[in-house]
Amino acid sequence: MRVTFTVNGREQQADDVWEGESLLYVLRERMGLPGSKNACEQGECGSCTVRLDGVPVCACLVAAGQAEGREVVTVEGLGQEGLSAVQQAFVDAGAVQCGFCTPGLLVAADDLLERFPWPTAPSDDDIREGLSGNLCRCTGYEKILDAVRLAAARRGEGA
Amino acid sequence: MDFLRPAGWAEALAAKAEHPAAVPIAGGTDLMVEINFDHRRPERLLDLNRVAELQEWEVGADTVRLGASVPYARIVAELGGALPGLARAAHTVASPQIRNRGGVGGNLGTASPAGDAHPALLAAGAEVEAESVRGSRRIPVDEFFTGVKRNALAPDELIKWVHIKRATGPQEFAKVGTRNAMVIAVCAFGIALHPDTRTVRTGIGSAAPTPVRAAAAEEFLAAALAEGGFWDSGRALPPALAGQFAELAAGACNPVDDVRGSARYRRHAVGVMARRTLGWTWESYRRGAAGSTSGEGAA
Ligand SMILES: Cc1cc2nc3c(=O)[nH]c(=O)nc-3n(C[C@H](O)[C@H](O)[C@H](O)COP(=O)(O)OP(=O)(O)OC[C@H]3O[C@@H](n4cnc5c(N)ncnc54)[C@H](O)[C@@H]3O)c2cc1C
Repeated sequence: MRVTFTVNGREQQADDVWEGESLLYVLRERMGLPGSKNACEQGECGSCTVRLDGVPVCACLVAAGQAEGREVVTVEGLGQEGLSAVQQAFVDAGAVQCGFCTPGLLVAADDLLERFPWPTAPSDDDIREGLSGNLCRCTGYEKILDAVRLAAARRGEGA
Repeated sequence: MDFLRPAGWAEALAAKAEHPAAVPIAGGTDLMVEINFDHRRPERLLDLNRVAELQEWEVGADTVRLGASVPYARIVAELGGALPGLARAAHTVASPQIRNRGGVGGNLGTASPAGDAHPALLAAGAEVEAESVRGSRRIPVDEFFTGVKRNALAPDELIKWVHIKRATGPQEFAKVGTRNAMVIAVCAFGIALHPDTRTVRTGIGSAAPTPVRAAAAEEFLAAALAEGGFWDSGRALPPALAGQFAELAAGACNPVDDVRGSARYRRHAVGVMARRTLGWTWESYRRGAAGSTSGEGAA
C-alpha cells in the first residue's frame, strides 16, 4: 500500500509498504531517516521514540497505515538549524556514550521540557518518570539527568 | 494482508461484519509486538484510530462512559477524580510512550490476566459495551473474561465504550513488579469502597487464569463493616478484620508458577496488597467521613 504523511514538516510518501509494517521501518528503510533507532521492536527501549501528532510514541508499535495523513517529528526534526537546546545540553553534559539510545531520549526529553514550560522546571522525579520509557545501557543515566536539568535551566538564560 | 481504515464507527462495524477475522488495531501496543515478532500474521488489520468516538469520554452523574481508545495518559491526567482506581492503575502501565497510545479497549481486547485496567474495572464496577451491525449489548466486566487471553466478544463485535461506575469513595490499586516503570504485574490488586451501597469491591490481577474478584473477601468485609457499624462510626478497622480480609483475598487466587513469580509468592503478595490497600482506603474514608465527603478519591 501507499502511505503518505508529514515528516518534520515535509510531506513524504512511501510505496509498496507491507500492511503489517511499522512506522519505524518506513521512516528508516523507506524515507531515509535512520535517526530513530531500531532495537527491541517491542516498545521496551524507547530508542525509536518519535512524535505522532505531537505526542511521543514508540514508532515500532505504530502500524505504518495508522500514520496516514498525520504529522510525525523524528529526532532529525529537532534541530532544524544546528543543534536544538536539548541536543546541545546532551553534548555539554556528556550524556552520550555509544549514542544508540540518544535519539529516543532527545525526543522524550524535548517533550518533557515542553510539558514544563519555563519558568517551571521538572523535578528529578518528573525527569525520571518522563524518561522511564527510554533505556540506556552505557551511562547509568546520571549524565542524562544532568543534561535535562541543564536544558531546563538554560531556558531562562536567553529570555 | 489488508489494511482497513474506516473513517467512522458505522464503517468500522460494517467492516468487522464483512470480515469477522479482521483484527482491530487501536494503540497497537499489544498487537504490533506480536506482528513484529511474527507471532501473529492477521489477514486483515482494522485500524480504529480514525474513529473519533473511541477517543472520547463523558463523566455522567453516576457513571463514566469511556471510549475504548482513550489512551492511559488521558485517563491519568483527566479522570483521576471520577475514576481514581483506574487512573492509578493506568499510571502503572509501561512508560509515557506506551501510555500515550494504549488504552482500556486494547487491554480488554487482549484480556491478559496481567492487564492492569482489569482489577480497577472489577473493583469499580463496569460494563463493557460491545457493538456489531446486529446491535449493541452491555457485558458486566465480571463476565467479560472467559479464559486466559479470552473474552466474551463475538467475532463481529467491537468494544465501543466502557461504562464505569463513578467513585463514591476511596479506591486504590497496587501492583508487584521489579521496578516502577515498564513492568508486567507479578500480581496486582484493586479495591474500591462504595459507601453509597456500603459495599467493597475488589479485583485481582495476574493470580488466576483471568482477572477475578475476591468474592468471599468482599462478602466478609461488607458483613463485618455493617455489623460493627463501621460505615457510620468511621472507626479504625481492627487488625484481625483486615487480616481475615487479606486471607480471603489470597484464597481467591489460583495462580501459576512462572518466570515472574511462584504461585506461593503471588498468593502471599495478594494478601499483603489486600491488607494494605484496605488500610489506605479505609483511612481515607475515615478522614473524608470526618470532614466533608472527598470527591477526589485517592488519586
Ligand atoms: C513495553 C510494553 C509495556 C507494557 N506494559 C503494560 C503494563 O504495565 N500493564 C498492562 O496492562 N499492559 C501493558 N502492556 C500491554 C498494552 O500496552 C496494553 O494491553 C494496552 O492496554 C493495549 O492497548 P492498545 O490500544 O495498544 O491495544 P492494541 O494492541 O491496539 O490491541 C490489543 C488487542 O485488543 C483488540 N482491540 C483493540 N481495540 C479494540 C476494540 N475497540 N474492540 C475490540 N477489540 C479491540 C485488538 O484487536 C488486539 O487483539 C505493555 C505493552 C508494551 C509494549
